[in-house]
Amino acid sequence: MSEHTESGVHVASMRLLVTIMIALMIGTWLTVSVTHFDFGFLNIWIGLGIATVKAVLVGLYFMHLRWDKPFNAFVFVSAFAFLFLFIGFATMDSAHYQDVIIPGWPLK
Amino acid sequence: MVGQNHDGGPDPNLAHHFESMDQQRQSTKLGMWLFLATEILFFGGLFVFYTVYRGNHPEVFVFGAHFLDTALGALNTVVLIFSSFTIAWAVRAAQLKQVKLLKWLIIATMLCAFTFMGVKYIEYSAKWKHGLLWAGSYNPHLDHDAPHDVVAVEGEVHTAEADVEIVEIEEVQHVSEGEIVEPIVTDVAIEPVAEVADPGRSTIAPAAEGPGGLATPEAVVAEDVMPVEPANAKIFFSIYFMMTGLHGIHVLGGIVAMLWLLKCLRRGDFDTGHFTKIDMVALYWHVVDIIWIYLFLLLYLID
Amino acid sequence: MAVDTLAADGAAVGNPNRANYLNTGSGVLSWLFTLDHKRIGVMYLVAITTSFFLGGVFALLVRTELLTSGPTIMTADAYNKMFTLHGAVMIFLFIIPGIPAALGNFVLPLMLGAKDVALPRLNLTSFWFWMIGAVFAVSSIIIGAVDTGWTFYTPYSTTTGTAVISMTLGVFILGFSSIFTGLNFIVTIHKMRPEGMTWFKMPLFLWGLYSTAIIQVLATPILGITLLLLVAERALGVGIFDPTLGGDPVLFQHFFWFYSHPAVYIMILPAMGIISELVAVFSGKHIFGYKFIAWSSIAIALLSFLVWGHHMFTSGQSGITNMIFSALTFSVAIPSAVKVFNWLSTMYKGSIRLLTPMLYVLSFLFLFAIGGLTGLFLGALSVDIHLHDTYFVVAHFHYVMFGGTVIAFLGGLHYWWPKMFGRMYSERWGQVSALLIFVGFNLTFFTQFVMGSHGMPRRYYNYVEEFTTLHQASTVGSYVLALGFFIMAGYLIHSLFRGKPAPANPWGSVTLEWETSSPPVAHNFDHDFLAGDPYDLKSLKYDPATQGWVRKDPQSIILSEGGAH
Repeated sequence: MSEHTESGVHVASMRLLVTIMIALMIGTWLTVSVTHFDFGFLNIWIGLGIATVKAVLVGLYFMHLRWDKPFNAFVFVSAFAFLFLFIGFATMDSAHYQDVIIPGWPLK
Repeated sequence: MVGQNHDGGPDPNLAHHFESMDQQRQSTKLGMWLFLATEILFFGGLFVFYTVYRGNHPEVFVFGAHFLDTALGALNTVVLIFSSFTIAWAVRAAQLKQVKLLKWLIIATMLCAFTFMGVKYIEYSAKWKHGLLWAGSYNPHLDHDAPHDVVAVEGEVHTAEADVEIVEIEEVQHVSEGEIVEPIVTDVAIEPVAEVADPGRSTIAPAAEGPGGLATPEAVVAEDVMPVEPANAKIFFSIYFMMTGLHGIHVLGGIVAMLWLLKCLRRGDFDTGHFTKIDMVALYWHVVDIIWIYLFLLLYLID
Repeated sequence: MAVDTLAADGAAVGNPNRANYLNTGSGVLSWLFTLDHKRIGVMYLVAITTSFFLGGVFALLVRTELLTSGPTIMTADAYNKMFTLHGAVMIFLFIIPGIPAALGNFVLPLMLGAKDVALPRLNLTSFWFWMIGAVFAVSSIIIGAVDTGWTFYTPYSTTTGTAVISMTLGVFILGFSSIFTGLNFIVTIHKMRPEGMTWFKMPLFLWGLYSTAIIQVLATPILGITLLLLVAERALGVGIFDPTLGGDPVLFQHFFWFYSHPAVYIMILPAMGIISELVAVFSGKHIFGYKFIAWSSIAIALLSFLVWGHHMFTSGQSGITNMIFSALTFSVAIPSAVKVFNWLSTMYKGSIRLLTPMLYVLSFLFLFAIGGLTGLFLGALSVDIHLHDTYFVVAHFHYVMFGGTVIAFLGGLHYWWPKMFGRMYSERWGQVSALLIFVGFNLTFFTQFVMGSHGMPRRYYNYVEEFTTLHQASTVGSYVLALGFFIMAGYLIHSLFRGKPAPANPWGSVTLEWETSSPPVAHNFDHDFLAGDPYDLKSLKYDPATQGWVRKDPQSIILSEGGAH
């Protein structure tokens, strides 16, 4: 069922490509619809979760990571890991010094 | 078998320093993934900017998102997803030596990219018209050229951000059902009923009354009233333009890469099933798509 | 082996006039458009040594100004530009590309028994980007220079009238050069190791280059976006870092140091790799603790991303963040210490040859130990409050960057010089120069530790009288350093024309770059290798006829005879 080129490289099937595209479209529709409901602080995380599922589908199937050497996926994922490290420290720090730069913080 | 063409000689695509086509392909692919990792981190810096500001000043983002048209953003998302599909299919076509199909798929992907940039142009020019630019050039103003319908309600309304009373409607603008419009300013005077709960997080004094005429067209009904413009609202637009601008530059880069692919195709590079070039451009294009998926969520869908 | 004269037992006799990569193809275009990693390496060597001299000139100007406490040879504004340019040129044009570009490009494929790096066109692109970035940086210097310090802190960098945009664009482009080099090295090491060379049979210089490459790929993009945002801030008024537009200047420092701290490990890791090679060869012993040294390189690369806040202890970073970064900073010293102990253990009971490369190894061990330990003082939060922005910091980083990286670079340069150019330099003058540099360095920078702990601030144009003697001693030291480098330039250039022809393996090393002639032929090797232990020094014997070293069993490492592709 899975095709390969003469040299043994995996070829994605039409069925797979179309299925993934449809899944991504559904995901987009879902992301927009979910904004009509309010889950409080979970809102952003639900949105990020759906976006990440979409990104993973693009990565695994459109970008062939599913059939590639795992190291390629490791490289890509580690970029995100280091990015989260940066985001984490920067947000933590800036949240903690807002009270120094804005008198009367937090204002609520 | 590997590294040889049909008559047993070395594959003309095999570079002198590689032992086999497989080694060459794997090396090029790993190189591309490393480059894509750098792209993630490059854009990631802007996501840090976003996260820090939204974390500390969420009201700026809630305010700013009202000026982005979700429908246009969703359209662009659909366009890019479809273009990822066409370019992934193009890789398959190249692998199966379907050169004519390959050509049309590359062209289809390019058309999607152009559509994306076209929608971007529409969005950007609307913002330009209303002076909704980055901080240094932020100068919001009314646009009287295009009358549109807006539903407006007089009387007291309560929102999460503030209790306001619509005191007076000075001008009604008309918009047709189902038309996609950029948010247009209206002349609606808003007066805070009680003390505005959230005057913005900086010590710069907030406006005593709402900025004259900044409100969303679909918005001036019950729960959906524009809050008072927070101080430093312009930062939202700085972030918007930096993030979408840098992304747009990468879309343009993708278009250039696809033009190059078409040139290679005309030269016959893909006749033998050699598909590495398409594969590499496709990987790049998918990352452009992935970044947009997050941009759409984080900029357009702020509730 | 591709030579035209062989001694009786098959060893190569040096003949620099034989066809090799230097004389294959002539003319400027054959160099500027070359895909040969060796030529690219040599061009980079010329480029970065030129940058080193330019940065050195700025340093001498800074030190000369500081001979007296008031104005000496320039105004205060000019002084600000001098120290900024010294830093920017040295860091972005010299030391970051430094060892990977100039020595790594040449040596890495040879050490792998390969014909080139994995992506030769990317390699050339990387060099062209260096050239373009250098043009931007130099034009910035010409049109008015920059006075912000090499760190470009906002809000001054967004408001000063000096040529910040052209300098930052130059650095942005240089960043791509660095990324492409690192990317290329990762792919080459992953995909082009010879038969028998598992990860733990690689020479340690390659572990150093590999861990450096990880940082180059992951950290440099953040520098890119930081500089882009700085340019946007100046040109458009984006408002991310400018408080008057609603921005946050501390955020700039987070952005800047997220790259610039890992960057210092880009500087030191290849240097440590060189030391590992040299210490084994010149102690005549197998390297001690190979796996520890290998893993510590990776550990340093990863830990380097966790400590950037220690540059921001007094900048307005929150208390909790200060404490976390201080604690994490102590961790990154551990793998470095592991290496130092392993190198010392390698020397223990070795038969040490005090040739020029080894003199640099010894200098490194002494100077890097001081530099590294003083880093711990600075990492201690409470102590740093006193020492931040003083000359103590200046002395610390010069001990690690200069006393560490530059010294190791010089050691590597003298080690691989015969391979690169087919000539031996004057050993006597090599020793003189090494001594002058060691003495000059300590005189220049040890005095700065003393000054700094007594409160002398850095980047200051004038100072109180009590520091005069120390400043003058430091300046004299810098002149001694300059003399040492001047002599080095002299004998190295002289060796290119008059040096004794070098044998294939003048030092007695087992790594594969010594298996080809000095200098190598354009395609490096005629056969594939079956690699063994890169530190099995007992597999060599000295051949007096060629004054070089040869394998006792040359066939043992050859995989197959036969032509190249």
